[in-house]
Amino acid sequence: MASIGTVFRREFAGYFITPVAYVFIVIFLALAAALTFYVGSFFERGRADLLSFFQWHPWLYLFFMPAISMRLWAEERKTGTIELFLTLPVSTAAAVVGKFLAAWVFAGLALALTFPIWLTVNYLGEPDNGVIAASYIGSFLLAGAYLAIGSCLSALTRNQVIAFVLTVTVCFLFNVLGAGALQPVFGDAVPAALLETLASFSLLSHFNNIVKGVIDLRDLAYYALAIGVWLAAAAITVDLKKAD
Amino acid sequence: MLALVAAEGLTKRFDAHVAVDRVDLEVGAGEVLGFLGPNGAGKSTTMKMIAGFLAPTEGRAAICGHDVTDDPIRARRNLGYLPEGAPLYGDMTAGAFLAFAAAMRGLSGRQGRTAIGLAVERTDLAEVLAQPIDTLSKGFKRRVGLAQALLHDPPVLILDEPTDGLDPNQKHEMRALIREIRPSKAIVISTHILEEVDAVCTRAAVIAGGRLLADAAPAELAALSPLHNAVSLTLGARFADAAAASLDGLDRVAGVRRAPAGPDAVSLTALSGDGAPILADVGLLVQAHGWEVEDLRTETGALDDVFRRMTQPDAEAAGHG
Repeated sequence: MASIGTVFRREFAGYFITPVAYVFIVIFLALAAALTFYVGSFFERGRADLLSFFQWHPWLYLFFMPAISMRLWAEERKTGTIELFLTLPVSTAAAVVGKFLAAWVFAGLALALTFPIWLTVNYLGEPDNGVIAASYIGSFLLAGAYLAIGSCLSALTRNQVIAFVLTVTVCFLFNVLGAGALQPVFGDAVPAALLETLASFSLLSHFNNIVKGVIDLRDLAYYALAIGVWLAAAAITVDLKKAD
Repeated sequence: MLALVAAEGLTKRFDAHVAVDRVDLEVGAGEVLGFLGPNGAGKSTTMKMIAGFLAPTEGRAAICGHDVTDDPIRARRNLGYLPEGAPLYGDMTAGAFLAFAAAMRGLSGRQGRTAIGLAVERTDLAEVLAQPIDTLSKGFKRRVGLAQALLHDPPVLILDEPTDGLDPNQKHEMRALIREIRPSKAIVISTHILEEVDAVCTRAAVIAGGRLLADAAPAELAALSPLHNAVSLTLGARFADAAAASLDGLDRVAGVRRAPAGPDAVSLTALSGDGAPILADVGLLVQAHGWEVEDLRTETGALDDVFRRMTQPDAEAAGHG
């Protein structure tokens, strides 16, 4: 699908036309470092790993990924360019995927720019670089899942702020499913098996599995499925809401 | 003639509101169909459905034989579309935007550059290609939108209010461009400027309340006006009463309208009873009475008059009551 590539290039270049991309990347890197060193006690832990870096990603992404995804469709609908865009010879699916990939690669770029911390930990000690590589992959997949959710919710409204808030909320819910937050709320009222099933849908628990250094096919399949399902929902939402 | 644009029973309902009600249309190559109608009449909704952006509630539309719902990609390949208000990616430069549109149309490399070059030349955009679209004037934005629609030299063009917001010179250029590309294409434009219909359209379709009220050549529509083939004459005020009475006495004159035309002159308009020419009858009368006539002419019937009667029948009746 050549049109996916064309959509991707326009969308990706769009991030860099305005200063937004640079501001985003700088603040993302600064916050990631601050959380790692100050809150995550990188040095005090005295261990040559990047757990204190990666453990914050689900919560850092909670605000940064919706900020990337909020404009994907809401802006097109607000300015009316969606009418021009979707009357070009492109399928809705290709348009959704092209835009999503642009957001994902942009997020990947921001993530890749955290490489100095990998260098740092290698300079300070002898970390297990396999675990760190797996963690980067897990973090990238997590970002993709957040952005897929954001794509769908951005198509739901023409207001970017609403898209942002909705996405933060939904991503937060998908996170806490696995953070043990359900047990105290429901107690024994709900069978433990149900809680476990719900927890298995959590973005966080699958992320935690990968960060341990084990790339299990089930965790990869989970992210592929999550991204696929939310993008399919995004395509349906775009078709339903585009002309509103 | 093969209809490049075909709509059959096109209907759009929003909840209980019927925006477009069973519209049938066919436009062939070389035709420019002018869509006329008051704001909110359903012009844009109809065009959005033909362009495949809005799914019809009922009915179907096809471009070059490709159904816009069942075979959307092929239909869109044959279509150049300028949406209402010409929405564009404001952050992009005009040149980058056209390059994007060309790539989406599968025009790349030399082919793409040639297509962009031609579209830029036709719409006279060369001087602003490097500027962000947001910084362009309304006229230039509209032309960028048009250039995008022309890029792939499509057989069908749908232009929603292409001259809206343009100054008179730009309007003139836009109309000249539409006339230039007309022969090989089926073009649908919407407008509420009636002179535009005379200037560029081979057919005019009047739509109001979502229904197609008329679909005919502009001259045929104008012939529906009560002023069609009426004769107007301007003469000295002292002859006015006698002249009005004599004109009204003619068999083929259905009525006489009277209006002051200066300090000592009156304009009389004799309406033709059956729409047939009455200039000869009026001329004989003028000669016979020896009135000093300053001006004598046949009215062709004004399109806007017909338009008002069709789209606001009640208001028209009240106005003449």
